[in-house]
Amino acid sequence: MSEKPEADPKHTIAVLVDNEPGVLARVVGLFSGRGYNIDSLTVAEVDTRRDRSRINIVTSGNEMIIDQIRAQLERLVPVFNVVDLTEDGPSIERELALIKVVATGENRIEALRVADIFRARAVDSTLGSFVFEVTGDSSKVNAFIDLMEPLGLAEVSRTGVVAIARGADAM
Amino acid sequence: MSGTEQNLGQASDRNEAAETMSGAEILIRALTDQGVEVIFGYPGGAVLPIYDALFAQNNIRHILVRQEGGAVHAAEGYARSTGKPGVVLVTSGPGATNAVTGLTDAMMDSIPIVCLTGQVASHLIGNDAFQEADTIGITRPCTKHNYLVKDTDEMGRIVHEAFYVATQGRPGPVVIDLPKDICVNQGHYEKPDLDNLQHKTYRPPTTGKPDQVAEAVKWMAGAKRPIFYTGGGLINSGPEACAKLRELVKLTGYPITSTLMGLGAYPASDQQFLGMLGMHGTYEANNAMHDCDVMICLGARFDDRITGRLDAFSPNSKKIHVDVDPSSINKNISIDLGIIGDVGQVIEQMLAAWKQAGHQPDAAASTEWWTTIQKWRSRDCLAFDQGKDVILPQHAIQRLYELTKERDTYITTEVGQHQMWAAQFYKFEEPNRWMTSGGLGTMGYGLPAAVGVQIAHPESLVVDISGEASFMMNMQEIATAAQYRLPLKVFILNNRWMGMVRQWQELLHGSRYSETYSEALPDFVKLAECFGATGMAMRDPATLDDDILKMLDTDGLVIADVQVAQEENCFPMVPSGAAHNEMIMAGNKDAESPKVTGDGMALV
Repeated sequence: MSEKPEADPKHTIAVLVDNEPGVLARVVGLFSGRGYNIDSLTVAEVDTRRDRSRINIVTSGNEMIIDQIRAQLERLVPVFNVVDLTEDGPSIERELALIKVVATGENRIEALRVADIFRARAVDSTLGSFVFEVTGDSSKVNAFIDLMEPLGLAEVSRTGVVAIARGADAM
Repeated sequence: MSGTEQNLGQASDRNEAAETMSGAEILIRALTDQGVEVIFGYPGGAVLPIYDALFAQNNIRHILVRQEGGAVHAAEGYARSTGKPGVVLVTSGPGATNAVTGLTDAMMDSIPIVCLTGQVASHLIGNDAFQEADTIGITRPCTKHNYLVKDTDEMGRIVHEAFYVATQGRPGPVVIDLPKDICVNQGHYEKPDLDNLQHKTYRPPTTGKPDQVAEAVKWMAGAKRPIFYTGGGLINSGPEACAKLRELVKLTGYPITSTLMGLGAYPASDQQFLGMLGMHGTYEANNAMHDCDVMICLGARFDDRITGRLDAFSPNSKKIHVDVDPSSINKNISIDLGIIGDVGQVIEQMLAAWKQAGHQPDAAASTEWWTTIQKWRSRDCLAFDQGKDVILPQHAIQRLYELTKERDTYITTEVGQHQMWAAQFYKFEEPNRWMTSGGLGTMGYGLPAAVGVQIAHPESLVVDISGEASFMMNMQEIATAAQYRLPLKVFILNNRWMGMVRQWQELLHGSRYSETYSEALPDFVKLAECFGATGMAMRDPATLDDDILKMLDTDGLVIADVQVAQEENCFPMVPSGAAHNEMIMAGNKDAESPKVTGDGMALV
């Protein structure tokens, strides 16, 4: 695409699919085949009784591209429903990250202090390291990682965004 | 993701009436229940159980092609000319990969195909077994949907679902991958209620939203310079949709143009028809599209061959777009009013809404608009000057048209100049009579497609308008035509060049004819004879009519080698990167023609 990705607004799109083999490959193939961006993608079965999975995709693009992404997703045979959570009203987005910090002395204490401010929990500890678990929207996770960088950031594992619309209406 | 066993829970619900048989027998039974009469295929190791089951029955006829690519094109020709889905059966590995071009072709042109591919036995999948290919992975982007059958009990359900998906909504190809053990194992089958099938997730749209239809009709009635822009969606929607279109166009009195894929939806000989639009469309059609104030797009998709440079496409019009596929709307061109629905049903709604509101077209504006159009028309953009020495390709097609128009004729083409000339000079009066590869532009489509058409219409005249280069891409299918004694007429416009590529090289690449000359051509007459067909050479403009009549009156397969002017170009032409009303016209290539830009060079 000619536009720079960072210039386009991000959209979080939730896709409810029939949990048949290859359905994730269909969705991912659609994005790569048509040149759309994927910033983050999460997928898990959400309804075992009816065999349904939910895919949350964070993508970016101008209005025409986002509409096109939505229409293309809806066109896939095993797709039940597509919702643009960014467009269709207020929604909540969360990410979970496990962050390994290797530090001793002052940096170790500072890392704990920052973790406290971010309500991150230390879920593993040695005398020279921590693994923190932090949840929040992506910007909070980013901020936490940025602060850990000078304190001994060693490894990051993030889930990607899960999101849901506010209010009583279900997808 | 999990899901391998999701469909297995139905065993307990099984009806007493269910029968037990092998997977291959279930497959054939389900195809029979779908009303399938013909399969185009090629056997191989992985599909032997299916060929065994075919051998044991008489409901379905198998047509043996000579390469799997030909099977898919033949099925496309069958589907396009009948409105029924085409069925293909190929083996695993190379059988499936050879089918990929045809599947992509059917995907681009929205042709309903069910393609059965063999697969190695379930336990071998992923082991790089002999003739194994990841058919599901390879065909995922070039099919509307695909299935891997993992349980013989699921065979029946999947086959019926595949036909539903292939034919409903915007049609397309569907692949069913069949591991050999699944075809051998015993399983249960029960014929479902085919009239009331409902898919779990797939709900194709039918009628348009009434308020949108009412609004569209209001815009149409208020238009000063309206135009109908129609496409292949009408052919897919069916003859009834085409009949409704004719009613709507007559009711309004507005001009109508068609894409390559839509030819025949509206009678080409009618005064309101402006001819095809687009890159090789008529001067009047492209100018009318550019200058219109209300564009009514019915079942077309604003392809780049139609629009030319996007920012210059019909800048002052309000655009109405009716399409069964929501992703077609606003894909390339910003639409003012998009109506999602089956085009035939929406046209019916439009007719009712127009009559109910008592709309009348603006008579004064209409007269003025038609006066403008007549001025464009008088330019006679397709005119050519047939001399005495050498046959012009345009002339050859025009004569073919004149000499076949009273007959029950189906036309297929390959891809290139001859295809565009056929679209310009052969006037189609009815839908389903014109089979061509539009979206993918697959050279070698026409001959196998003609095989499929002739199988479906054994008594009709089927002509493949071909070029010598395209013909050679799938000429092995001559053997298929010979085997089934298909009286095809292959009309090769032989200019000894890959003509369209040569034309682009002349116009865009300084006449540097890199690798486009057809060296070492065979003697097509002898070639025909070695297949047991009749070969004819046509050389002389003076005897062309007699030669064509002789071809038509010859029983059986004829290959006609029509030697045409070598360097004739196809005009009008909107060069890539130009606006759609900037056309290079025949006869004045230099003076007032649009110049090919650097940007245009990079476009296809």
